[in-house]
Amino acid sequence: MADAHPPVAEEPNRRDFLYLATGAFAAVGAANIVWPLIDQMNPDASVKALSSIEVDLAAIESGQSITVTWRGKPVFIRRRTEAEVSDARSVAAAELPDPEVDADRVIKDEWLIMVGICTHLGCVPLGQSGDFNGWFCPCHGSHYDTSGRIRKGPAPKNLEIPPYDFVGDTRIKIG
Amino acid sequence: MSGESTYNPGNGFTKWMDSRLPIMRLAHDSFVDYPTPKNLNYWWTFGGILTFCLVTQIVTGIILAMHYTPHTSMAFNSVEHIMRDVNYGWLMRYIHANGASMFFLAVYIHMFRGMYYGSYKAPREVLWILGVLIYILMMAAGFMGYVLPWGQMSVWGATVITNLFGAIPVVGDSLVTLMWGGFSVDNPTLNRFFSLHYLIPFLIAGVVVLHIWALHVPGNNNPVGISVKGEQDTVPFHPYYTVKDGFALALFMILFSYFIFFAPNVLGHADNYIPANPLVTPAHIVPEWYLLPFYAILRAVPDKLGGVALMFGAIFVMFLLPWLDTSKVRSARYRPLFRQFFILFIIDCLILGYLGAKPAEGVYIVLARVATVYYFAHFLIILPLLGLVEKTKEVPESISASIHPTAPQAAE
Repeated sequence: MADAHPPVAEEPNRRDFLYLATGAFAAVGAANIVWPLIDQMNPDASVKALSSIEVDLAAIESGQSITVTWRGKPVFIRRRTEAEVSDARSVAAAELPDPEVDADRVIKDEWLIMVGICTHLGCVPLGQSGDFNGWFCPCHGSHYDTSGRIRKGPAPKNLEIPPYDFVGDTRIKIG
Repeated sequence: MSGESTYNPGNGFTKWMDSRLPIMRLAHDSFVDYPTPKNLNYWWTFGGILTFCLVTQIVTGIILAMHYTPHTSMAFNSVEHIMRDVNYGWLMRYIHANGASMFFLAVYIHMFRGMYYGSYKAPREVLWILGVLIYILMMAAGFMGYVLPWGQMSVWGATVITNLFGAIPVVGDSLVTLMWGGFSVDNPTLNRFFSLHYLIPFLIAGVVVLHIWALHVPGNNNPVGISVKGEQDTVPFHPYYTVKDGFALALFMILFSYFIFFAPNVLGHADNYIPANPLVTPAHIVPEWYLLPFYAILRAVPDKLGGVALMFGAIFVMFLLPWLDTSKVRSARYRPLFRQFFILFIIDCLILGYLGAKPAEGVYIVLARVATVYYFAHFLIILPLLGLVEKTKEVPESISASIHPTAPQAAE
């Protein structure tokens, strides 16, 4: 068989080109079909549709907290006492593991609104406990202060502040 | 496999079959007349026991799937329905749940046996690697199975474990969202975990076939770690080891039955009988007992990425074991120093398991750090050095010589 072929032309020849073009076309095609197979696992339209909520804050007294659900996660809404606000402001941001000043974490001083999920491995911290009288995660021992900033323990970041806005004096929209 | 085939088709049908699909010949050569070292002890029976465990899990799992509903609003109740309403549902579920623990108990004994007798050394490196692969698949299956009842430990265990992947730089968060199919562990997560939990056992079965294939090329290692030199060192697999494996399996099933019938929940966690609540984390989250040593390593490190990296590293270092152990002698019988370090290593693993179940505070953290350092030191420092400095005992000439040291050897 091989003997029947004419001597091979100089490289690269027409056959090499066809070979590479076919391979490239097949690779792009395969990538196109693999992406839907992966992306189907991402949040679907019905999950995304529930991505914002409104909350009425009028009933919350100073020193009280409520927990609401947003995107399946707990969101802590705490009306902080003056002592808690001044506590949070008395510490120099530079000394913290994840430096952030309290004023950047709130829109109104007394309202602290944050996602109640420990930034370590996703447990829900307990309120008004821990070494800094803020939040304490029982799973792996992370302590957060009255501004929800990480102070001690394995968590790498401060508790996340969700996107929110005041739509009235005592009404917020999260998401 | 190794050696000539001794299969003799007995009748017309088997002759007809043998020239078309010689599957009877394969079975005969692999499990009947397979030449096996004649000195295998009871630590070698766990391969058969593990096969039994896999089949048990697949059979009971398929039955449970006929009655279970993978939806957040119904999963917990459907498990209670299995326990209370389905005929023998309680038995199927208790076999399946305790079967997972028995599977891991057997695999840990199997792995420690391989470590003690140097079964991972040349020419059995691929055999060992396939085994580690099976072990990782088992952990994935066990973890996802624990999520399905949708109790408190299910959800919070799933949350903690999936969040581990969030520690990966750059792509971590998107990867976790992709795994969840949402912004938290929720219905899409439960549904896909059920799908994958059903898939993984069949992947394991596939790798088990490769594992047995890779075993039958070089043949079994044995307690003295000397390669088979000829027919005088072996006996046929059947009846010698079918009977020995069968006896060990019967003993194993007594232990298994004790858990199923007398202590079905002792290896589980009471919190998993509380329906999942995504707003309240149980005060003390612990994984199933067989993952505790790795959980202790995770928590020993005061840094998220570091803890996750070391935990996965503790598993992946096992892939390198055949090359980290530099000693040419396989069996610990002839390695007095290694033998002592091996015992220390087992104690270290047990300590890590104990610490994984304790809260991560005070003295427990300090101990977990020491035990973690020792775990890695065993693989990365002790094993490579031992091979160079250890003075090993004299290794017998052959398997037969190790059994009858004074008897004259058959003409060789």
